[in-house]
Amino acid sequence: MRWKTDTYTGWGRVHSATGELARPERLSHLAAIAKDEPAPAIGQRRSYGDACLNDGGRAVETSRLDRVLSFDAETGLMEAEAGLRLGEIARLYAPKGWLPAVMPGTGFATVGGAIAMDVHGKNHHHAGSFGQHVTEITLLQGKKTLKITPKDEALFKATVGGLGQTGIIASATLQLQRCKGDLMMVTERRATDWDAFIALLDQSEATYTVGWIDATATGKDLGRGILEEGETGAGLVPAPKRSKSVPFNAPQAALSAPVVRTFNALYYSRVPKSGRTTVKPIQDFFFPLDRIHDWNRLYGKTGFHQFQCVVPLDQAPALREMMARIAKSGLASPLAVLKRMGPGRAGYLSFPMEGYTLAVDFPNRGRAEALIADLEKMTHEAGGRIYFAKDALSTPLHIDEMYPDLPLWQAEASKADPDGALKTDLVRRLKLRDAS
Amino acid sequence: MSETWIILGATSSIARCLVRDLAGEGAALILAGRDQADLDATAADCLARGASMATPVQFDVRDPATFGAILDLATGASGPICAAVFTGSMPDQEKIDADVALIDGVITDSFTGPARFLQELAPHLERKGEGTILGIGSVAGDRGRLGNYVYGSAKAGFATYLSGLRNRLGRSGVHVVTVKPGPVDTAMTWGLDGLPFMTTPDKAAAHMLKAARKGRNVVYTAPIWRIIMMVIRSVPEPIFKKMEI
Repeated sequence: MRWKTDTYTGWGRVHSATGELARPERLSHLAAIAKDEPAPAIGQRRSYGDACLNDGGRAVETSRLDRVLSFDAETGLMEAEAGLRLGEIARLYAPKGWLPAVMPGTGFATVGGAIAMDVHGKNHHHAGSFGQHVTEITLLQGKKTLKITPKDEALFKATVGGLGQTGIIASATLQLQRCKGDLMMVTERRATDWDAFIALLDQSEATYTVGWIDATATGKDLGRGILEEGETGAGLVPAPKRSKSVPFNAPQAALSAPVVRTFNALYYSRVPKSGRTTVKPIQDFFFPLDRIHDWNRLYGKTGFHQFQCVVPLDQAPALREMMARIAKSGLASPLAVLKRMGPGRAGYLSFPMEGYTLAVDFPNRGRAEALIADLEKMTHEAGGRIYFAKDALSTPLHIDEMYPDLPLWQAEASKADPDGALKTDLVRRLKLRDAS
Repeated sequence: MSETWIILGATSSIARCLVRDLAGEGAALILAGRDQADLDATAADCLARGASMATPVQFDVRDPATFGAILDLATGASGPICAAVFTGSMPDQEKIDADVALIDGVITDSFTGPARFLQELAPHLERKGEGTILGIGSVAGDRGRLGNYVYGSAKAGFATYLSGLRNRLGRSGVHVVTVKPGPVDTAMTWGLDGLPFMTTPDKAAAHMLKAARKGRNVVYTAPIWRIIMMVIRSVPEPIFKKMEI
């Protein structure tokens, strides 16, 4: 296998890594790498921090391993290579009445990455996490090719949400979910403040629910936002518009506090007081930002952070406190999401827990790092946890309390990869594989 | 009536993108190559994307005995028959200098093998009076260069063959397209330095299919290579022979 030296980043572009990359185009070549020169696998690098980086080492890109290996139109079982993007699955199968049971906020996420992060979507309160709909994983561990299923208790739980540390995921079988078509009926309504927002989330019975929160609103408007609820349907709408791309790094002023405040106020008032229902292509509902390629460049060349935490249901007041802190800082970007999660999770290190999750983007400048450190502390005190797919700044200090199953995961990871060949920058930074 | 496409060298990166596009149109695909596991995976992918048929067939461009099964399968189809030829090999020029016997393989893979296959296919297409052939040449065939002139000469031979075949088959309604790719971002070029104006395999595939539908004769991909090669071809030989490009 030929290796290419390159410098690459995660989606947030704060950390970068320089090292050798391989990009096999056949499963047999991937297997040869796993056998002779194992290295962590990476997909489309949509993790924000350093989960997809291996500075000074090697990594294997799966982007060219993106074929559908089988699909059963009766049962909705689909096997795909690890590099297939979830948006592509939706594009191929929604018109036939099937969707991935769980879709994260970007369609660029790959099957392998979605497993390794046990991602969640706007239907987490009903459907649980991605890994709960995976029926089989083909895992390459050195010379061995393993087919693992949920019956392989420990290894399966260590692989789903396992940050790629139990082997290279070559392919996986997903149980797709029935949908009514490739359209989404979307109902948007205003939440006038924090309490109203939490009440709307608690009452929502829609299949897909997500809240956009105005992370700059203070005072009586604190926590205001828009609740979006979606149901799939069939019908006819114009095809999704061609995606645009951001051709250059934006100047810092593009996301300065007054600009964001103004943008958010307009975005909020765009939805009438009485609310509204519209019909759009499913891509526009699930992956609104994918229409703008490389939108991370809007944050300029210094990049950005996304802070995401989840806290238990009874800790909503603690989350409100965090929201107040964020609003006061004036550091937030327009991208901020509030959602209620169910208990569903499939792995030892899966992020979800029953409660509320908040995700906010911050341009990487000035006081953002200190603010995020405070938010992490508040998350820990509230009995919540932070998300490895987003984190770029945390320290090992509280990880074991946020993730109580960490020792179980560590045991499987060291069995599967005793030499630590699959470690990534995230794993080293948070000392995830150093048993305490 | 859906088209039946023979893909010679179906494990190549560009071929894989082309068959996806064809599958989306509902074409029947005969996927010919050597790596059975990889062909099986591509066939499954094509079926999942809407191909009306996707059959992997063992095919070795150096072994004409493997041609017959493919021809039998294709000529049984009721609709138009089309073919895309991706076979070729490009060992380092130094390796060839060290072992001149390698020349025969390069010429077979890139020129005489596919030419022989197309020569057997041609009468069937003439009889049908329709169909398309996509022959993949290379910008390397436009002028012999220090770095890869054996490969280049094989591709030049193939381009000349395609030109003649176009002349012949055009009379009976069959269209032949000569495709000349510049560098394409594939496993073959991964990690090689200094390759300018690179295109991606999905863009190259979409481009050649569009060119075929429009009835173009010779197409460069990326398109800028038409201009670059025009310049390179126009350099007088006394100067060119001293250049290292």
